[in-house]
Amino acid sequence: MPIGLAAALFTSVLFGSENLVKFSDESLRIRYQTLITELRCPKCQNQNLADSNAPISQDLREEIQRMLEQQMSNREIKQHLTSRYSDFILYRPDVNKTTYLLWGSPLAILMIGLLIAVRLNRRNKIHAGSLDKTAVDQESRIAELLKSGEDDK
Amino acid sequence: MNRLALFLPLALFAVLTIVLLLGLDKDPAELPSALVGEPFPAFTLPSLYDANRSLDERNIAGEVVLVNVWATWCFACRIEHVMLNQLAEQGVKVIGLNYKDNREAAIDWLKERGDPYVFSIFDEQGRLGIDLGVYGAPETYLLDATGTIRHRRVGVVDDRIWDSEFRDLYAQLMADKR
Repeated sequence: MPIGLAAALFTSVLFGSENLVKFSDESLRIRYQTLITELRCPKCQNQNLADSNAPISQDLREEIQRMLEQQMSNREIKQHLTSRYSDFILYRPDVNKTTYLLWGSPLAILMIGLLIAVRLNRRNKIHAGSLDKTAVDQESRIAELLKSGEDDK
Repeated sequence: MNRLALFLPLALFAVLTIVLLLGLDKDPAELPSALVGEPFPAFTLPSLYDANRSLDERNIAGEVVLVNVWATWCFACRIEHVMLNQLAEQGVKVIGLNYKDNREAAIDWLKERGDPYVFSIFDEQGRLGIDLGVYGAPETYLLDATGTIRHRRVGVVDDRIWDSEFRDLYAQLMADKR
């Protein structure tokens, strides 16, 4: 009985998704899924087109499906949409003069971090070196004192 | 040198505070307008009143006009409608883009509240809406006489918005036309 129920649920899930969007070629579905997760709903800024139920997202999903069937490339589809809705709708924007800070800052911060790490490391080594030197000095002093003490006997 | 370095965290904090304060004034939900400076997109759609009358971008060009995206399901459009009636009375040419609406309901709405539009385009599927980058009604576009979009306002146009965003540009475009 539980198996039968699970099977029934599973097939209903399958049929559910099957009925929603139809493609002439199954490879388009994969591209469709990628595109709608990467594109942002213009009305609801924290949701992508896949998650959003806003009417505008439904319209844009249909638009994307239509463009995929017209054999447009992912790049062309994104261009088509950004020329209307601006870069706002790209969750993964292109590198250009308004986004170089966005893309560049992680790298810049990593570089600064590395620089600081290298400098700290170097400073520690110098410190450690001087410590060794005093230790050696002290040891030789102790040895000297011990020796002079023995001489006194 | 070492003394100055002690103030570095404070300086960083100050810079961050300024940047974040400036960010407070920005509306993260507002899209930059991709179509300002671009020609009004090509379309062929029926008129709201007459399904057999076909309209296209040539019906819009030649005059300085406002294109107003509206719908009967749009609550804010009720508020804006009064303002549009006033603008039409003052002689501003307003063209309606009835967006994803029901034809009968839209005609009834105009009968009831007055019709400020020179004509209304009936965009039942929202295809012209997508070409314009519409993401919520009401939206208002100011077009110059060549049919180029010069300004876009997402949301209600009221007296304050008209005065701050439209009035001067409209007057200038009208002067350019002559």
